Amino acid sequence: MLIGLTALATLPLWLDSNYYINIASQILIWAIFALALNVLVGWAGLVSLGHAGLFGVASYAAAWLVVAGWGHLPAAFCALAITLGAAAVFGLLALRTAGIGFIMITLAIGQILWGIAYRWIDLTNGDNGIILPARPLPFGIDLGVPGVFYLFTLVAFLLTLAAMRGFDRSPFGASLRGTRDQPRRMTALGYHVWLIRFLAILYSGLVSGIAGLLFVYYHQFVSPHVLGLASSAEVLLMVIAGGTGTLLGPLVGAALVVIMKTVASAYIERWNLVLGVIFVAIVIFMPDGLVPGSVRLWQRFRLVFRSKPSSAPRPGVDT
Amino acid sequence: MTLWIILTINSIALGGLLFLLSAGFSLIFGLMRIPNLTHGALFMLGAYFGVTFLRLEFNFWVAALLSALVLGVIGGLIERLLLRRLAGQELAQVLVTLGLAFIIADLCLLIWTGDPIPLATPESLRGVLRAGDVVFPKYRLAVVAIGVIVAAVMWFMLERTRLGALIRAGVDDPEIARVMGIRVSRLFTAVFSFGAALAGFAGVLSGPILSVYPGLDAEMLPLALIIVILGGAGSLPGALLGSFLIGFIYNFGQAMFPEIAYVILFLPMVIVLVVRPQGLFGRQSL
Repeated sequence: MLIGLTALATLPLWLDSNYYINIASQILIWAIFALALNVLVGWAGLVSLGHAGLFGVASYAAAWLVVAGWGHLPAAFCALAITLGAAAVFGLLALRTAGIGFIMITLAIGQILWGIAYRWIDLTNGDNGIILPARPLPFGIDLGVPGVFYLFTLVAFLLTLAAMRGFDRSPFGASLRGTRDQPRRMTALGYHVWLIRFLAILYSGLVSGIAGLLFVYYHQFVSPHVLGLASSAEVLLMVIAGGTGTLLGPLVGAALVVIMKTVASAYIERWNLVLGVIFVAIVIFMPDGLVPGSVRLWQRFRLVFRSKPSSAPRPGVDT
Repeated sequence: MTLWIILTINSIALGGLLFLLSAGFSLIFGLMRIPNLTHGALFMLGAYFGVTFLRLEFNFWVAALLSALVLGVIGGLIERLLLRRLAGQELAQVLVTLGLAFIIADLCLLIWTGDPIPLATPESLRGVLRAGDVVFPKYRLAVVAIGVIVAAVMWFMLERTRLGALIRAGVDDPEIARVMGIRVSRLFTAVFSFGAALAGFAGVLSGPILSVYPGLDAEMLPLALIIVILGGAGSLPGALLGSFLIGFIYNFGQAMFPEIAYVILFLPMVIVLVVRPQGLFGRQSL
C-alpha cells in the first residue's frame, strides 16, 4: 500500500518523458470518473449509460465560464453546482424505473446532452468545441508543467479514493448496498429506497463533475465527442473490467483502457472495433471483472491440466 | 402553406420508417426483455448492404429484401451464439449488444468508407402525385404505405395466429410453455431474427430519404429508444403512434427551432416517464 503510494507520488521523477506522465494523468482522471460511476454500478446496482453526459456538463460549464471571463475558482465551483443540478434532473427521470429501463433512460439522457453540445451552436460552439485559454494557477503553482499537473490529479484521485472508502464504510454505503440486493426488504425496514438511490446519483454526479473539470484542465479543450455514447461505454467498461464494487478496480480498469487506447491508436485506427471486441470478450469469458475473472480462468486452466473433468458450475453475472 | 404540407408529408414518411425500425426493437425488448443496443447498427448495416446490392445492379426492392434476409441471418446468429448464453442477464446483454454495435459500426466505416452514400429512388416511384395544388412525392407515400401494411400484418400475426399465440405464451411463461412442448428458444431466435431483418429492410428504405453515412446507427438507436419508451415496450400500436409522433416532432422541430430540435425530440419521452412510466400503451413498467 505504502510502496504503491510512494511509487505513484514519485512517478514524475523516474518517468523522464512527458509523454508517459501525461498518460498517467489521463489514467488518474478516468479512474476518478470510473470511481464515480462505480458508486451506481457497484453499490447501487444501477447501470448508467449516460454518465459521460454529466462529465461533459462539468467540462463545458467550466470552459464556458472561464471563456466568459470568470476566474478559475468561481468557474469550477459554479460548474460543479451546474453538474449537481444536471445530476438531480438525471436522477429524477432515470429513477422512474430500475433495471433495463434505467439503462435505456440514462442512454437517452446522455444522447440529449450530446445533442445540446453538438447542435446548440450558439451555446456550445457545436462541433468546434470550446478552448480553455489556460490551466488554472492554484496558489501560484503552474499546472502547465506535466509533472505538476500529474501530482495535482494524483491528489484529487487520492482524495476521491478516500471519500469512496469512507462512503463504503458509512451507513449510507451499507444502505445503498441494501437497496441493490433487497429493495423490498429495505422498504419494509423503513428505508426510503428512492431517496437513497437519488442521493447516490447526486454523489456520483458530483465526482463525475470533478473528473470532468480535471479533463478540461488537462486537454484545455472540450468537444461534443466527450459526451458521446462511446465515452459512456468506455467508462462503463473500465468499471466492469476492473471489477464492480471494488475500490481499486476502477483504477485498474482505467489504466487498462487508457493504455490500450493509446497503444491501439498508435498502430491502428480502429479503436472502436477493439473496444467492441473487448466488451464481448469480457462478457463471455470474464463476466465478473478482470481481477476475479483472471483468478477463475487460472483455476480452470489448472483443473484441466490435472486432467480432472472440470464440472464447476459457471458463475453468472449478478444483475 | 406549402411548407407546412411538405413538412407534414416528410413527417409521415419518417414516421413510417421509424416504425419499421422500432417495431423490431419493441418486440425484442418487450417480449424477450433483451435491450438490443445493436438495433441502430443493424439498421445502418442493412442500408450499406443495400448500397452494395444496388451497385450489383439489383432492383431496389430485391436489394431491400436481400438486405433484410442477410440481416435476418446475422440477427439469428447473434441471438443463437451470444445472447442465448446470457438469458436473464440484462447487464451482460447490454454490454454484448453495445460491443457488437461498436464492431459493426467500425467495420462499416472500414468497408464502405466515411463518405455519405445516397441511394437512388427506385424508377417507378420517382416524381410526384398531384392533388390540386398539393404535390406528394411518390416514394415517401410508398414508405408510409409499407409501414402501415407491416404494422397490420405484424399485429395480425401476433394477435390472431397460432404462431403469435405461441410467441406470447413463450414470453409470459417460458417454463410452462416449454413443458407444453413449445420450442421457446427457437421462437426467440425467430423473433430476434425477424426484428433484425426489419431493421435492415428499414435501413435500405431510408437510403433515398436520409442517405447512408457513418453515425447513422447512433442517430437511429436513441430514436428507437424514445419511441419504445413513449409507446410502451412490446406494444405495436404504441410503436406506431410513437413513430409518427417522433416523425412530426423531428421534422417540425428541425424547421422551427433547428438549434434545439434534438432536445425537443426527447421532451415527450420525459413527459411520458413522469406521467406514465410504462408508456402510452405499455402493460408493465420498463
